Amino acid sequence: MTPFPDRAQVVVIGAGIVGNSVVHHLARLGWRDILLLDKGPLPDPGGSTGHASNFVFPVDHSREITLLTGDSMRQYSELGMLTTCGGIEVARTPERVQELHRRMSSARAWGIDAELITPAEVAQDVPCLDPTVLLAGFRTPSVAVVDPLRAGELMRQRATEAGALTVAALTEVLGIDTEDDRVRRVRTDRGDVDTEYVVVACGVWSPRIARLAGATIPLTPAVHQMIDVGPIAELAATGREIAFPIIRDMDPLMYERQSGADLEIGSYAHRPILYEPDEIPSAAAAALSPTQLPFTPDDFDPQMEAALDLFAGVLDRPDAGIRHAINGLLSLTPDGHPLLGETPEVRGLWSAAAVWIKEGPGVGRLIAEWMTAGAPEIDPHAADIARFAPHERTRSHVRARASEGFNKTYGIVHPREQWGSDRGARRSPFYERERALGAEFFEVAGWERPQWYGANSPLVAELGVEGRPHEWDARWWSPIINAEHLAMRRGVAMIDLSAFSQFDVSGPGALAYLQHLTVAQMDRPVGRVIYTPVLGPDGGFRSDLTVVRLGENRFRVVTGGSDGARDLAWFARHRPGDGSVALADVTSAVCTLGLWGPRARDVLAAVTDDDVSDAAFPFATARELTIGSTPVLALRLSYVGELGWELHAAPESGLRLWDTLVEAGAPHGLVPAGIGVYGTTARIEKGYRLMGHELDAEHGPVEAGLALSGLKSQDFVGKAAYTKAREGEPEATLCTLRLDDARDTAGLRRYPQGGEPLLTPDGRRVVDRRGRPSYVTSAGAAPSLGTHLLMAYLPPGYAAEGTGLVVEYLGERYPVTVARAGRTPLFDPDDSRMRG
Amino acid sequence: MMLAMVERDGDGALTAESAEVLATARGLAEQCGVPVGAVAVGDAGDLPDDLAKRGIATLHLLQHELLADGEPASVGEALAGLVTALRPAAVLAADGGRCTDAMAWAAAALDAPLATACTEIRPGDEWEVTRERSGGILLEDAVLAAPVRFCTLRPGGPSPSETAAAAEVTVHVVVPELGTSVPRARLVERTRRSSGMTLASAPVVVAGGRGVGSAEGYGVLEELAGLVGGVVGCSRVATNNGWRPHADQVGLTGTRISPDLYVACGISGATQHWVGCMNARAILAVNTDPEAPMVSRATWAVIGDVHAVLPAVVAEIRRRSEGG
Amino acid sequence: MDVLVCVKRVPAVGAEILLTADGTAVDTRHLGFTIGPHEECAVEEAVRIAERTGGAAGVLTVGAPETEEQLRYAMSMGADHAVRVDAPGADGDPQATAAAITGALRDLPPYDLVLFGAASADAGHAQVGVRVACALRRPVVGGVKGIELDDGCVRLRREVGDGVEVHEAPLPAVVTVLEGLNLPRYPTIKGRLRAKKAPIRVLPAAPAAGDLRLRRLRHRPEARAATIVLGRGADAAPAVVDVLTDLGMVRR
Repeated sequence: MTPFPDRAQVVVIGAGIVGNSVVHHLARLGWRDILLLDKGPLPDPGGSTGHASNFVFPVDHSREITLLTGDSMRQYSELGMLTTCGGIEVARTPERVQELHRRMSSARAWGIDAELITPAEVAQDVPCLDPTVLLAGFRTPSVAVVDPLRAGELMRQRATEAGALTVAALTEVLGIDTEDDRVRRVRTDRGDVDTEYVVVACGVWSPRIARLAGATIPLTPAVHQMIDVGPIAELAATGREIAFPIIRDMDPLMYERQSGADLEIGSYAHRPILYEPDEIPSAAAAALSPTQLPFTPDDFDPQMEAALDLFAGVLDRPDAGIRHAINGLLSLTPDGHPLLGETPEVRGLWSAAAVWIKEGPGVGRLIAEWMTAGAPEIDPHAADIARFAPHERTRSHVRARASEGFNKTYGIVHPREQWGSDRGARRSPFYERERALGAEFFEVAGWERPQWYGANSPLVAELGVEGRPHEWDARWWSPIINAEHLAMRRGVAMIDLSAFSQFDVSGPGALAYLQHLTVAQMDRPVGRVIYTPVLGPDGGFRSDLTVVRLGENRFRVVTGGSDGARDLAWFARHRPGDGSVALADVTSAVCTLGLWGPRARDVLAAVTDDDVSDAAFPFATARELTIGSTPVLALRLSYVGELGWELHAAPESGLRLWDTLVEAGAPHGLVPAGIGVYGTTARIEKGYRLMGHELDAEHGPVEAGLALSGLKSQDFVGKAAYTKAREGEPEATLCTLRLDDARDTAGLRRYPQGGEPLLTPDGRRVVDRRGRPSYVTSAGAAPSLGTHLLMAYLPPGYAAEGTGLVVEYLGERYPVTVARAGRTPLFDPDDSRMRG
Repeated sequence: MMLAMVERDGDGALTAESAEVLATARGLAEQCGVPVGAVAVGDAGDLPDDLAKRGIATLHLLQHELLADGEPASVGEALAGLVTALRPAAVLAADGGRCTDAMAWAAAALDAPLATACTEIRPGDEWEVTRERSGGILLEDAVLAAPVRFCTLRPGGPSPSETAAAAEVTVHVVVPELGTSVPRARLVERTRRSSGMTLASAPVVVAGGRGVGSAEGYGVLEELAGLVGGVVGCSRVATNNGWRPHADQVGLTGTRISPDLYVACGISGATQHWVGCMNARAILAVNTDPEAPMVSRATWAVIGDVHAVLPAVVAEIRRRSEGG
Repeated sequence: MDVLVCVKRVPAVGAEILLTADGTAVDTRHLGFTIGPHEECAVEEAVRIAERTGGAAGVLTVGAPETEEQLRYAMSMGADHAVRVDAPGADGDPQATAAAITGALRDLPPYDLVLFGAASADAGHAQVGVRVACALRRPVVGGVKGIELDDGCVRLRREVGDGVEVHEAPLPAVVTVLEGLNLPRYPTIKGRLRAKKAPIRVLPAAPAAGDLRLRRLRHRPEARAATIVLGRGADAAPAVVDVLTDLGMVRR
């Protein structure tokens, strides 16, 4: 056996495709003394890599996942471990046909060759299938199968040849020691290893290993059933592991692929069968491997019937038997995304978990870049392990969402679709009032937020709001949103914003600390409200948020609910270690109501003795007010483009604040409005950008139109890149496009939802010089403008007002016009309403 | 007394297994302070002399035309009759095949338990045995709660030794009354086995897996198998890749084998495969990965690529045979 | 010709077997269940005989309701019907098992041939078939690797040492078989779906305790020597041939 080291620069735990890929890329980026551990033997230590079905479909609706998959395919190919066989997703139902059109749009958006084909064409590619049960197919020629075990061996070999890697199989991790919440040591049954970095790439065992260090990796092992049926003469005759395209039979949530002489059938349709990480058998206790558990045939029978429908010609033969059947374990997370990055709890403890075979090498590269440079090339926004609120890391939440999400693996998931399980984790003090008003609650970070209020439905007719004729466009949507919007613009609305994440930064080092993390000048007078981008080291967006200077050395940071946990981790990670800065999460200590509209001042003046005139309380300032007897921190700013305030109060006073405003607002036409207005309609009319949509690590403030007029002298994260970007012409500019009266072939008015590709009128993709495609980052109604708006980054030449393009939405193309290049709002361009 | 059922080979000599049975019986008899009686089917032949050297003084010879074939129902019925008459504390026989079947019939006829595959017998107030389970991976300790203890013995017990105190052997010829109402199977043909070797029966299996790389890659395995008198097997990867027919597959979903030597070429040794070859007496692993499970479980290993190692081995065998 | 196969539910173990904490059983928490290889061959043979002769192949087990999984497996291989002798606390004692099967066979319509595996894959008592034959006064041949049907009898091939014996047994008969009898088929998808819906006849078992009482299980003390590495690459060839020569597989 290789000698076991007592120290390492980094210890990578888990020698599946992810761990092997991480060590390979770390070695490539110059790391040395890398130790790769696995409890199991090599080359197949017994994790999910060893039994995966190993096929790669490159098209995903998520750009992040598509990029990771694409990078992985390049790496597999470069290792000689990729066999292109093509793949077809087939539809048996009209709804699935529509979804295939959506897939087609995503393929076009991300630049992946694909086409929609007829059942007869499907049968031409895969002759042993019965096309009569099908309606359509979505063919991607680049679909491939890979050999992740062999790829992993080659990656280890390269790192070993670079003199960077020691591999220790059959080595069990017994503990991970931390000091001051930082990794110090890994204890194993072969000795202790001093190290400052640990990468947990243990797949289904990751939660167990992370727990040794006091961190959580919120995933659950779950069963994915698969069987091999054969021998099938037509398949055997090819003499190859795979010669026919892989079929994803999407409606019954299953797939069929050739595997030598066999047809392998896998399913995501059976009941969710979850395991506890501690219950996974050891290699000794398992008949096949720890992650290949005994097949439970009763769960699979419906899939057999579905497979028989499609492949009766080859499956219904006396000599084609079920030769292999397993309950394979894979990792499921609460939101279906991977768990990547440094854990928020322990410095130096990195997670590379919940990764499919198709993303493995890409994730290895991403983690290695992130560890080396502080930021990876591919934005890990949706996969960042820091994204979870505390309750989302609990066992019961993970199990509830994993159970619900399992059947969505091949499901048709609407972009606005809400989770059904484990709801109501966080409720603002206004919740009961909102419920009484018929609120339709959407969830963010566990918070229940009204998206719209049923009680406002009379406004729809009163304000003449149109519905959406197509069910898909109208799903998880209501015309009430547009009515609430118009009511706000006409009078005044109040909006529950308690889901905001808020943290207080204080201490003698507070100012310098914030200066370092933000683009805007923080050294402003006490009482100023400062909007600022927060950048990563490469100048791309990390966040955008509002900072309120509450005192000389006291600031409050207010950021969006969905990114709050990520932002808190970012702030915590950059806190100086000398104790000069205190950082406190005050999210749960504050509830927030927004009060906006032309009549907002009338309402506020009615409930406070404080002077709220523009002179006394100008835009972009904050003041303590008393509303009735409730002390409130009021911020005069707006994300909806109206005069008004965010009112921050103690949660226990929230109900009284609500009631006071409702009473005082009645004569002024106050309506409650939902996040549909705040997050979409009012925002998009004002051209405001949203983190995770317009704002991402791929784009900086210059391209997003959010560059500030001055450049502060203080250094800050991302300054060099930001400075450079300011000096040149942007490669792309965020634009707002108008979609006027788009009607489909059935004559129905249609409303794209976001994510769609933008094409030239003759159907070509629009891509900037850095290879970034133009696609719809946000889409929404603009009721005050009487249109539907889209936002998208466009390269020079296209980013000019009046440019005509088309958007492809569910198989049809609609003309759009660039209405604005840059940040100037289409609605109230000089912001006179909110400054009034 | 202890009753030991013994068998003789084609030349009339006591089989090795029966010699072990006698040795065990004598050990138990000494512990219990009782005599040993042997029981055999057929004529006396040289058996009394052989028994005398082993210190056994009593031989019961079962003689009946129906017993000539060793047919279990007849032998079992005859044995049951003898046991009823002699009331021994235990009846011992070698484990396996027709002997076990005859013991089972006798035990069934007397409604007595039978402990097969025993490795140890411990007499006492309660008789306890240790027996093999699961193909020998496990041992079972069990109590035989009956006045007559039927046991069959796995080979490898106390080594049979001749004793200086040669006994005078008394031979009792017993002609059992075998019921004619019971229909019996009869031996109608006996031939030497044809030597066609199968995966299951071959003394050497040269098997290849992922590391062989292609169907053509098996050529060198065929060559080696031919030189050492074996056959070629493969892992599931090879079958799935269409490199070999399924009949060649060793493993959970193929054939489980127990050759004298298993040569595992480019097979990592995943459990799926391992359960198919774990009963091999010896394993030679050829693998590029020194940490592959097949390597750590093997008797011998060569670290290297199949296509580097095997041609060299074949060449070496040819060189030596030509040189010799 | 009607054939019945008696099968036993056994854990599908891997290379190592874990025991429960009290050492009285195999730890099956993470294991699936199966029938042994000998019994798979028996089922295959029964199905073939039934197909060939236009008869029926039945399958029987003794045990709790969960043992029906194995009956359905056998039916998915082609068995036509199944019987479970209900014995919820059955511990696999061969006397008790044989008594239960014998009782059931007296209640069931007659079978021409009753097949057993020569030994179960777990306990390996290797005697239930013979005990049943004894109780029913049927001819029995054990360890069979070939079955041929003849007029009113079966010809049974078994391997002994260096030879092959053929036995002839009048019907009805009991036969215990060994793996190698045939190459058992895998269950088909259609077979599985049919088996899932097939009714299973449940017969009561008279409670019977055996006299072989299991005290505990343990692992055989293993003396696995460390692997001897003969060398690397082609340079190892002489050492390999030395080993082959010592084993007598290459002429000296």
